[in-house]
Amino acid sequence: MAIWFSRSRNIGSQLQKCMKTREFLGSQTSWTSSPFQSSSSNVTSPALFLPNLRFNSSTISEKQLTSDSDDDPQVQSLDFPGGRVPYTSEMKFIWESSQNRVPCYRVLNDNGELIRNNNFQQVMSKEIAVKMYKDMLTLQIMDNMFYEAQRQGRISFYMTSFGEEAINIASAAALTKDDIILPQYREHGVLLHRGFTLLEFANQCLGNKADYGKGRQMPIHYGSNKHNYFNVSSPIATQLPQAAGVAYSLKMEKKDACVVTYFGDGGTSEGDFHAGLNFAAVMEAPVIFICRNNGWAISTNISEQFRSDGIVLKGQAYGIRSIRIDGNDALAVYNAIHAARDMAVREQRPILVEAMTYRVGHHSTSDDSTKYRALDEIDYWKMSRNPVSIFKKWIESNGWWSETEEAELRGNIRKEVLQAIQVAERTEKPPLAELFSDVYDHPPRNLQEQEKQLRETINRNPQNYPSDVPV
Amino acid sequence: MTVREALNSALDEEMSADPKVFLMGEEVGEYQGAYKISKGLLDKYGPERVLDTPITEAGFTGIGVGAAYYGLRPIVEFMTFNFAMQAIDHIINSAAKSNYMSAGQMNVPIVFRGPNGAAAGVGAQHSHCYAAWYGSCPGLKVLTPYSSEDARGLLKAAIRDPDPVIFLENELLYGESFPVSAEALDSSFCLPIGKAKIEREGRDVTITAFSKMVGHSLKAAEILEKEGISAEVINLRSIRPLDRATINASVQKTNRLVTVEEGFPQHGVGAEICATIVEDSFGYLDAPVERIAGADVPMPYAANLERMAVPQVEDIVRAAKRVCHRSVPLAAAA
Repeated sequence: MAIWFSRSRNIGSQLQKCMKTREFLGSQTSWTSSPFQSSSSNVTSPALFLPNLRFNSSTISEKQLTSDSDDDPQVQSLDFPGGRVPYTSEMKFIWESSQNRVPCYRVLNDNGELIRNNNFQQVMSKEIAVKMYKDMLTLQIMDNMFYEAQRQGRISFYMTSFGEEAINIASAAALTKDDIILPQYREHGVLLHRGFTLLEFANQCLGNKADYGKGRQMPIHYGSNKHNYFNVSSPIATQLPQAAGVAYSLKMEKKDACVVTYFGDGGTSEGDFHAGLNFAAVMEAPVIFICRNNGWAISTNISEQFRSDGIVLKGQAYGIRSIRIDGNDALAVYNAIHAARDMAVREQRPILVEAMTYRVGHHSTSDDSTKYRALDEIDYWKMSRNPVSIFKKWIESNGWWSETEEAELRGNIRKEVLQAIQVAERTEKPPLAELFSDVYDHPPRNLQEQEKQLRETINRNPQNYPSDVPV
Repeated sequence: MTVREALNSALDEEMSADPKVFLMGEEVGEYQGAYKISKGLLDKYGPERVLDTPITEAGFTGIGVGAAYYGLRPIVEFMTFNFAMQAIDHIINSAAKSNYMSAGQMNVPIVFRGPNGAAAGVGAQHSHCYAAWYGSCPGLKVLTPYSSEDARGLLKAAIRDPDPVIFLENELLYGESFPVSAEALDSSFCLPIGKAKIEREGRDVTITAFSKMVGHSLKAAEILEKEGISAEVINLRSIRPLDRATINASVQKTNRLVTVEEGFPQHGVGAEICATIVEDSFGYLDAPVERIAGADVPMPYAANLERMAVPQVEDIVRAAKRVCHRSVPLAAAA
């Protein structure tokens, strides 16, 4: 019920200003399907899906309207709250879908070769590229081994990120340490790239006393203040409006940092997606919304999730600059996020990035995806569109990586992961006091009493309390 | 000072004292607040500190929580707490639990405030009382002011508190005027969270109440006085943490208890108080606890029906008499 009248006049005049300085979404006087360019050379335009709408000046005896009448928005338009709107006497519905889907941006082909005629300037150093590859491989092996550990009963639950290694690592590589991450739950590669160790991961999964979460959360619900990685929260998409809130705080601080939040294709169905994007646009908050469109929300295929052309077009609906990228191409991800961050911070605006990919693994260890999708579909993506292999081919072609280094790295990672799990398993569980702490800033009297009573009960009946858990 | 003025002054002083405090909600800025609680604040602090939000409780609650995660101190106003249901996941799963789940890494110094409970003639979806809902959730603090002094002191305490606080106001109390002490007018005035107030001392029966029902209970106490029953009226002020010590001490003195609340009876605040008395003061009770609550129906609109769905002064008087073994039969509507 907010009363927008007094603001609508401002927005109207702002829209007019926009039109002069920047190509806007169509012009006010004609809706032609022309691609728009922005100032940054890395951003290419998605094809607008609006069908050709031109004015009929037949019923009104005013001056002839040309498509260049950007300079004269007063012609054939009406005042409404929110600004001037051109009108037409031709009734035409905007069709629910366009002929052409929005293209996705990619740099490397499936063989790891640079696609011809692209404008990619190789600014990536060997150092960054090799670190990216090492992290992608570590992520893949770590996921494999933790998954196996769950199958063996050593941890209770796990979620892998197979097929999304490029999205995880390349996006993290394009950001700075000050950028704040609000994850969904399939982005532990981002944390890995920032320096979270294998042991820190294992500690959280085992819920021992070295876990930063003090054993309070299920496995994969990582969180680390020092890595600017907010805690994973199970309800879907709640992080989206929260990200806008964090970005608002950053904006008030005027810091050279932005917020980056991740979500899947399924998460875009939540009400919070609408609220988060809408708000971020209205508040002009520096937040990058990264959608990992991996085709599946547990067993729900995207054809059952939405009827739009994916997520990228939804950004436009909120007035948010958006791009669709090939999420399995690490270079494309790196470039796009790099550009997005630049825009978000410099121009203080939200950006939406839809990274197309495939969820190779099961949703989690509680899921068997072969029950609802074809084995050869999974195999195809695993073998022919594997982001780790694709990037490996590229760095090898630059002479930056060799098979011996590969074998050595694989061996080392395996050993480290195994060791991490073993050490984490042997580490003590959190002590009893941690049951009652952090509910509030200071424990209230009732919790203090309960803890006291519990300790007395344990002292009276030591045989009922596990001996390997500290009191 | 009216409750409205008290809340307004509390917001003003806390926003002035700490630049991280900011207010957001529907109509809080240009409209001066749906109930004029935030009058004048937009002019004084500007649109960066007083945000008019689009209509999405889930949205602005989520944003508030996110801002609090990062270190700001938001005050999120709901037009009524009925609409907060659209944001309840953010309140419970994010705000209440984050400090615990993150082991202290993410704390949420946020205040959710707005009118709660029945107003006058607004029907079922505008009259629900949420004290018991939020009161059951660990991680939250829940406050229910009655007088202007309560409103000032508790709101200031809530804003300064590092934990998420649910601040349940009452629309019908906004316009009521109460005397305020000089101490309460001071800008550093604060009431402790978790302490109830004994509004009226007595010897024969304890009546616990919160928010509007405190007024009803005090009126009932006057009537009972004339009939020779001296009632002690406790203004709970804080639903979570509940001041069990004060309630128990009072019952141990009077040996009888009547709990009064506007909300629905099952799993209500009265049920919790009853349980706590049974646990700690069972031997002191001379009569079973009487529980006065709203009727177990969605709030009807028609004025005569609405009157019967909400506790009235006579209901409290009758309950107190029953508990004191004066034989008065249960009224058909109670």
